[in-house]
This record gives sequence, C-alpha cells and structure tokens, in this order.
Amino acid sequence: MADTRSAAAHDAHGHDGHDAHGDAPHGSRRGYLIGFALSVLLTAVPFGVVMAGGVAAPVAAGLCMVLALVQIVVHMVFFLHMNSKSEAGWTMMALIFTIIVVVIALTGTLWVMYHMNANMMPDMSQMSGGM
Amino acid sequence: MASVATPPGTEQPVFYDLDPHEHPPGASTMLGFWLYLMSDCLIFAMLFAAWGVYGSAYAGGPQPRDLFDLKLVAVNTAMLLFSSLTYGMAMISGDEGKRGALLGWLAATGLFGAAFLGIELYEFSHLIHEGAGPQRSAFLSSFFTLVGTHGLHVTFGLIWLTVLMVQVGMRGLEPANMRRLQCLSLFWHFLDVIWIGVFTFVYLLGVLR
Repeated sequence: MADTRSAAAHDAHGHDGHDAHGDAPHGSRRGYLIGFALSVLLTAVPFGVVMAGGVAAPVAAGLCMVLALVQIVVHMVFFLHMNSKSEAGWTMMALIFTIIVVVIALTGTLWVMYHMNANMMPDMSQMSGGM
Repeated sequence: MASVATPPGTEQPVFYDLDPHEHPPGASTMLGFWLYLMSDCLIFAMLFAAWGVYGSAYAGGPQPRDLFDLKLVAVNTAMLLFSSLTYGMAMISGDEGKRGALLGWLAATGLFGAAFLGIELYEFSHLIHEGAGPQRSAFLSSFFTLVGTHGLHVTFGLIWLTVLMVQVGMRGLEPANMRRLQCLSLFWHFLDVIWIGVFTFVYLLGVLR
C-alpha cells in the first residue's frame, strides 16, 4: 500500500518539472529585426570586399571567414534562439558535441588529403605504366 | 558477527519507480528535431570537406572565377535572409494567435524561398549549358553536390511549408500545428545558417582563388 502511494507521489513530482521545459524559447519582433540588420551587414561587407577587389586575396579570405563565423553565431542567437537553458541544456550539449565532431571531420579530412596530395610521387602514372 | 548486521526488514525501504513516465504529446519533439538537425549538419560538414578537397581540382576546365556570378549569389543570399525574417514574423503572429497574419507571413516566406530556388536552378542550367556540368571536373562535382543538397533541403522545406499552410487553414492554431511550425522554423533558419557557409566558402573564397 505504502509502496504504490509513494510511487504515485514521485510520479506527480516528476511531472511538475516536465511542463516547465516543454515550450520552446520564443523570439520577439525586435530580436528578429536586430538579427536581420546584423546579418545584412555581415553579408554585405564580405560581398562588397570581394566584388570591389583591391584587397589582397588572403586578407579578404580571412575577413570573409571571420564574418561568416560571426554571422553563424548571430543566426544561432537571434533566429534559432539557442541558449544553455532550453530542454534542460540538452540542445546546447548536442550542439557542442556536433561542433566537436564537425571540427574533427573537417580538419582531419583537409589535413590528411592535403598531405596525400603533396606526397604523391610526381610521375606515378608513368611508373605503373612501365611495370 | 551476525549481531552487527541490522536484522532484515528494519532498514528504510527504498522505492523504485519502474512505470514509464507519462509524457504529454510532443513534449520531446523539439529536442528530437534538434538532434535531427545536428545529424543533418554532419551531412553538410562532409560535403564541405569534399568541397575543401576537390574544390581546386579543375581538370583543365573552367574555374570559379570564370563561372560564378557574385551579383546573382548576392541576390540569392538576400532572398534567403528575407525569408528567415518573414518566417520569424510568422512565428510571432502565431504566438499572438493571429491566424491571418501567420498565413500571410508564411506565404511571403514561401515566395522568397521559391525565388531562391528559381535563381539557383537558373544558375545551374546556365552552368550546364556552358559545359560546366557536374561531370566536367571534381571541382564542379563537389560544387553541384554541396549546393544541390542545400537546394534540395529548401525544396522539401517549401513542400512542408505549403502542407502546414493548408493544415493551419483547416484546423487553426492548435498546439500540434504550432509544434510543427516550430520544427519548420528551426529547419528553415538552419538552412540559412548552412547557406552562410556556402556563400562564404564556395562562392566568395572560390572567386578569390
């Protein structure tokens, strides 16, 4: 008897917590407009720099990549409403895990393939042809 | 020896809750959809990696500088950015319970999305017409795969958007529909995030090479 009553009480208690993180975070008009204005700026500058020319290519490329990274964060915050509290922090955990996997996959691929390419023997095709 | 141990039955009983918790419908949908988006993100990461490896393998064919029209890409980027803003406005109208405004903003989002797709298809057909199709070089294969996969996502997003407009029109702003709209909101904004990577790494850095 005591057993079932206690379990029921526990169950009810567990439910109070559930409703709290059921609703997703919502944006406001102001938030969307700020995000939009920032995005326009962060898009127009790299396009302008590349299309106008005159800036050294490595500098322009670096600028484009930095601004893209900033814009991704802007979108995450103002459009996707990322924060560390939604779904009890699990969306943020999933995002961090994904970023780690993406960074490993991208740097690993580029690193390995660059060296494979650089270390290719110059006339491999002719060598195998002569065998 | 035995006198030290507590006699059986006198310790505090420990209760375990073995029954599955009852979840309200859709309570875990948003987290699940977020996890789907993260897995989708990995697909795009691998396509970006392929672009990074093959993007400069021209096979003696045309290079990004000869092919890409940055003005067109800028217009395309603007279309997607406008559609993100209008979708945000749609969600706010939905939260305020204004069904007409919600449908109007969704229609605007759909038009911007369709314009984006139209421009992209025009660009693709133009490239193929010039003999710069996906079979021309590894550079163009990886270009069409990456940008085409993004375009395919936008296409399915548009289909989903249309279906949701019909559902909202038929059944109104019930909780299930609001949940679906929230999922599409994440999907749509996520595609805009991927596009930031595309226009930066494919178009801008491609032309700079």
